[in-house]
Amino acid sequence: MTERLVIIGNGMAPGRMLEHLLEAAPSRYQVTIFNAEPRVNYDRIMLSPVLSGEKGYEEIIIHGDGWYIKHGITLYKGHTIVAIDRAAKTVTSDHGVTETYDKLVIATGSVPFIIPVPGNDMAGVLSYRDLDDVNAMLLAAQSRAKAVVIGGGLLGLEAAAGLQARGMDVTVLHVMPTLMERQLDPAAGYLLQRAVEARGIKVMTKANTKAIVGNGKVEGVELADGSVVPATLVVMAVGIRPNASIARDAGIETNRGIVVDNGMRTSDPDILALGECAEVGGQVYGLVAPLYEMARVAAAHLAGDQTAGFVHSDTPTKLKVTGIDLYSLGDFADGDDREEIVLRDAAAGIYKRLVLKDNRVIGTVLYGETGDGAWFNDLKKKQTDISEMRDTLIFGQAYQGGSPLDPMAAVAALADDAEICGCNGVCKGKITGTITEKGLTSLDDVRAHTKASASCGSCTGLVEQLMSLTLGDSYNPAAVQPMCKCTDLGHDDVRRLIKAKGLKTIPEVMQELQWKSSCGCAKCRPALNYYLVCDWPDEYADDYQSRFINERVHANIQKDGTYSVVPRMWGGVTNSSELRAIADVVDKFEIPMVKVTGGQRIDMLGIRKEDLPAVWSDLGKAGFVSGHAYAKGLRTVKTCVGSDWCRFGTQDSTGLGIRIEKFMWGSWTPAKVKMAVSGCPRNCAEATCKDIGVICVDSGFEIHFAGAAGLDIKGTEVLGLVKTEDEALEVIVALTQMYREQGRYLERIYKWAKRVGIAEIKRQILDDADMRTAYYERFVFSQKFAQVDPWSERVSGMDKHEFHPMASVGFAEAAE
Amino acid sequence: MSEMDWIAIGTIADIPLRGARCVNTPEGKIGVFRTAEDQIFAIEDHCPHKGGPLSQGIVHGASVTCPLHNWVFSLETGKAQGADEGSVRTIPLKVEDGRLFIALELRASKAA
Ligand SMILES: Cc1cc2nc3c(=O)[nH]c(=O)nc-3n(C[C@H](O)[C@H](O)[C@H](O)COP(=O)(O)OP(=O)(O)OC[C@H]3O[C@@H](n4cnc5c(N)ncnc54)[C@H](O)[C@@H]3O)c2cc1C
Ligand code: SF4
Ligand code: SF4
Ligand code: FES
Repeated sequence: MTERLVIIGNGMAPGRMLEHLLEAAPSRYQVTIFNAEPRVNYDRIMLSPVLSGEKGYEEIIIHGDGWYIKHGITLYKGHTIVAIDRAAKTVTSDHGVTETYDKLVIATGSVPFIIPVPGNDMAGVLSYRDLDDVNAMLLAAQSRAKAVVIGGGLLGLEAAAGLQARGMDVTVLHVMPTLMERQLDPAAGYLLQRAVEARGIKVMTKANTKAIVGNGKVEGVELADGSVVPATLVVMAVGIRPNASIARDAGIETNRGIVVDNGMRTSDPDILALGECAEVGGQVYGLVAPLYEMARVAAAHLAGDQTAGFVHSDTPTKLKVTGIDLYSLGDFADGDDREEIVLRDAAAGIYKRLVLKDNRVIGTVLYGETGDGAWFNDLKKKQTDISEMRDTLIFGQAYQGGSPLDPMAAVAALADDAEICGCNGVCKGKITGTITEKGLTSLDDVRAHTKASASCGSCTGLVEQLMSLTLGDSYNPAAVQPMCKCTDLGHDDVRRLIKAKGLKTIPEVMQELQWKSSCGCAKCRPALNYYLVCDWPDEYADDYQSRFINERVHANIQKDGTYSVVPRMWGGVTNSSELRAIADVVDKFEIPMVKVTGGQRIDMLGIRKEDLPAVWSDLGKAGFVSGHAYAKGLRTVKTCVGSDWCRFGTQDSTGLGIRIEKFMWGSWTPAKVKMAVSGCPRNCAEATCKDIGVICVDSGFEIHFAGAAGLDIKGTEVLGLVKTEDEALEVIVALTQMYREQGRYLERIYKWAKRVGIAEIKRQILDDADMRTAYYERFVFSQKFAQVDPWSERVSGMDKHEFHPMASVGFAEAAE
Repeated sequence: MSEMDWIAIGTIADIPLRGARCVNTPEGKIGVFRTAEDQIFAIEDHCPHKGGPLSQGIVHGASVTCPLHNWVFSLETGKAQGADEGSVRTIPLKVEDGRLFIALELRASKAA
C-alpha cells in the first residue's frame, strides 16, 4: 500500500530530500507538494548571478516540470498552505485544495526580516528572497537611478553588486562598523569594504535607518542622524526569520524555528520539518550545507531507517561577487586558550588568519586568496594536530619549507614617488636611485647626498629599510624599537607610512603595515588613534574605544573609580559669578573635595560617573568648557598678572596667556602640553620648566620650550626672541604643530626635542618662514575640527552609554 | 548544580564594540564586555591590584587593560596576563537572540 506524503514548501531542502527518498524507497509514497511560490524547485543560491546578469533563470532550475511528471509527483504551484488539521491529518491551501497525509513534511524556509520603521511598506521597498524579488529589482534597475541596500551582510552585498552591475548607483547602509561582521573579523571587513567601494558602490557603516521617506513611492532613506540618502529603490537584506507560523498555529512545538529532534521529527510523530524553518539542537541554519544534511536524515527516516541522525558541522561562508574572494569558517574569536597566526600581504591585498586551540585549527578568515580554505576546513574537521607544520601552516598546503615574513614588505611596496622624508621632500625613488648611482653604503652618505632623514630624523628607520632593500644583506640597519608586540615597526616608521600611504583608519593601518595581531593592544591602539587624528583632522573619525578612559569620558579617573572635573579658567583668571557657579555645583552634587591645582584652576574631586553629564550641564550654563585636564593635549596656560598690575611687568602676560589658551585649546598632542607666560624674568608663572613658556621682556617675548618638572626636572631651552604678541603666538603654534606631527605617542616635548635636536627645531620654526607658516596653517586647519567642547557634546546626549550602568539587577526584589 | 537563575541585563547593542558597560548588583559592580568579534563576557568590575574599574579599560582581543596601572586580564578566564599575578571572578553569561543574561551567586544560592 502506498502511503501519502505531503510536503509544504518546495525549496532546496525538500528537493534534495526527495532525491534521496526516490533512491532509497522509490514507490513507497504518493507525493504531493504545495509551494507558495508559483514555480518548480530552483537553486536559490544562484539568484545573485541572475540579478547581475551572469546567469538566466532557466540555468538555475534544479527540478523542471518533467521531473515531477516522471516521478508521479503532484506539485501545486502558487498554493500556500493556510491550515494543518492534525486530528484529521489534512492540509488546506489558500485556493481551497485539501489533501490528506500519512506523513507531512514542513519545509517553509524563512521570511526576510523587515525593519520596523515608518515607510517600510512603501512601493519601491523590496526584500531579497525569491525570483519575484529579483524580477522586481531588474525592473527598477532599468531606471539606472539610485538604490539603497540596507544590510552589509552576504545577501546585501550580493544584491548591491548585482544592482550596480545593472547600472544603478548603489549605496549600502550597514549598522555595524564593519561589513559582514558575523563572518569576518574587522581586518577582513576593511578589505572587503575597500573592494566593494572600488567597484563604485558607496558604503556607509554605523548607519542606523530611522525611516523610509517618500510620497507613496520611495524617495530616500532617513538615518538616525537626520540625513537622507536619496533612492528610488530600497532593498532590505538585514536577516531572516524561520517561517514557523503554520506549525505554531497547528500546535506543533516551536521556538525560534520548528523544534525537531536529530531525526527531523517534530513534536507530532507523523510530521517532519527540515530546511531553514527547522530548529535542531537549539540551532537554526541559513546555508544549504546543513540543510542538505537534514534532507539526508529526513529521507532516511521516511524510508524507514530510524537510525540516521543530524550532525552539526560548521559551514564556510563565501561571497558570490565576482572578483571578491573571501572565506570564513568556524570560530575565529580571540581567546585566552587560543593562538592566532596572521599573514598580511599589503601589496596583494591579502589577509589570512588562523585561530588555533590546542594545536588544532578551529577557525579561519581568508581574504584575497582563499585557495587554501578547503584544506584548512579539512584540518579543522579532522582535528589534525598541526604542531609539526605550525611555522608554515598559514602559507597553505602547497608551501614547503619557507622563509619568515618579510618585515620590509611594506616599504618595498611603496611607489617610487612616495614621500619618505617630509622635512626635505625626498621620495623613495630619489633615495634608492641615488644609492645605486653613487654607490652609497652608509646612512650618513645617504643623508649627505639626498638630505633624506637629515633634518628631524624621524624617517631614519624607513631610509635604513630602503638601504637594506637596495643593498641587500651588506647593509645592517640599527635596530628600531618596535611600537609594541603587534608590529616590528617603530613609532616613526608608522607615522611616516601613515602619511606616505595615505592610511586613514586603524584597520587600514593594521592591514597595510602588516600588524601581527588582529585588533591591536592597549599600547598601539591609542597611539594609532592619535596619529590619525593628527594627520587627517577632517577625515578621520576618532575611535573612542581606542582612547584611555580619561579621554573617553573627558574626566580624570581617581583611585576609587570616581572622577575629577576641572573646568577651563582661561589663563588662570576667574570672577565671582564663575566661583559662585562652581560653589553651587559643589553643593548640589555634594562633591567631597575641591582643590586648587598647580595649573591655576579648580579641581572638583570624587564625582560619580553617572553625575558627570549633570555636573557639566550646570558648569556649561555658567560658561565653562572642559579644561582637558585628562588629555594628551593642551592643558593649562599659567600666567602672572603682568603689566596690568605688577610693578615689574613688561608686557600683558595675562592677556597673552589667555590668547594662547583660547587659540590652542582642544588640540590633541602626543603627550600633555603645559604652558606659562611670565611678565618679566622674575618668572612668577614658572615658565622655565614648562613644555612651552614665554618670558616677557622690554624688547618683546622670549620663547622657551622643552622644560620638565615631573619625573624629570629640566629647565627650558630658549627658542628665540620675537617682538610682537602676534609673532609669539605664531611661533608657539608652529612649534606645537611640529611636535604634534613628529612626536611619538606619550613622548613629552623635552624628549622629542632631544631626539630631533634644538638646532633643527630652531631652523624649521624661526629661520624658515615658509615652514613656520605651513605648520601654523596646518594647526589652524586642524583646530576647526578639534575646538568643540566635549562636555557640552555629552550634555546633549553624545556617548550616553559611557555614563550609565547598563542595568542594576538582583537588589531586594521583595515582590518575588 | 542547581539550575541557574538568569537575569536579563540588556542587549548586545547597548555595549559599544570593543567596549564595556557595567551592571550594579548586590555582589558589587560587574563589567560586561563586547569584543571586536562580538563575543560577550562578564567579569567582576574590580581589579585585584588596587581595585581599578576594569570596565573602563581598553578592550583588545579577548582582554582588557586596567585603566589604573595597565594590568591586562583575560576576559574569558579572569586571569591576569603576562608577569602580573591575580585574577577576577568571571560571571556566567548567556546571549539569546542578542539579549544578555547573567547569573548571580546570591540569587543562585537563595534559590537552592
Ligand atoms: C540571494 C540568496 C543567496 C544565497 N546564497 C547562499 C549561498 O551562497 N550559500 C548558501 O549555502 N546559502 C545561500 N542562500 C541561502 C539558501 O538559499 C537557503 O538556505 C535555502 O534555499 C533554504 O532552503 P529551504 O528549502 O529551507 O527554504 P526555501 O528555499 O526558502 O523554500 C521555502 C519555500 O516554501 C514556500 N512556502 C513558505 N510557506 C509556505 C506555505 N505556507 N505553503 C506553501 N509553501 C510555502 C516558499 O514559497 C518557498 O518557496 C542564499 C539565499 C538567497 C536568498
Ligand atoms: S613675573 Fe614679573 S611681571 Fe609677572 S608677576 Fe612676577 S614679577 Fe610681576
Ligand atoms: S604627584 Fe603623584 S600622587 Fe600626587 S597627584 Fe600626581 S601622580 Fe598623583
Ligand atoms: S588597579 Fe588595576 S592595574 Fe592597578
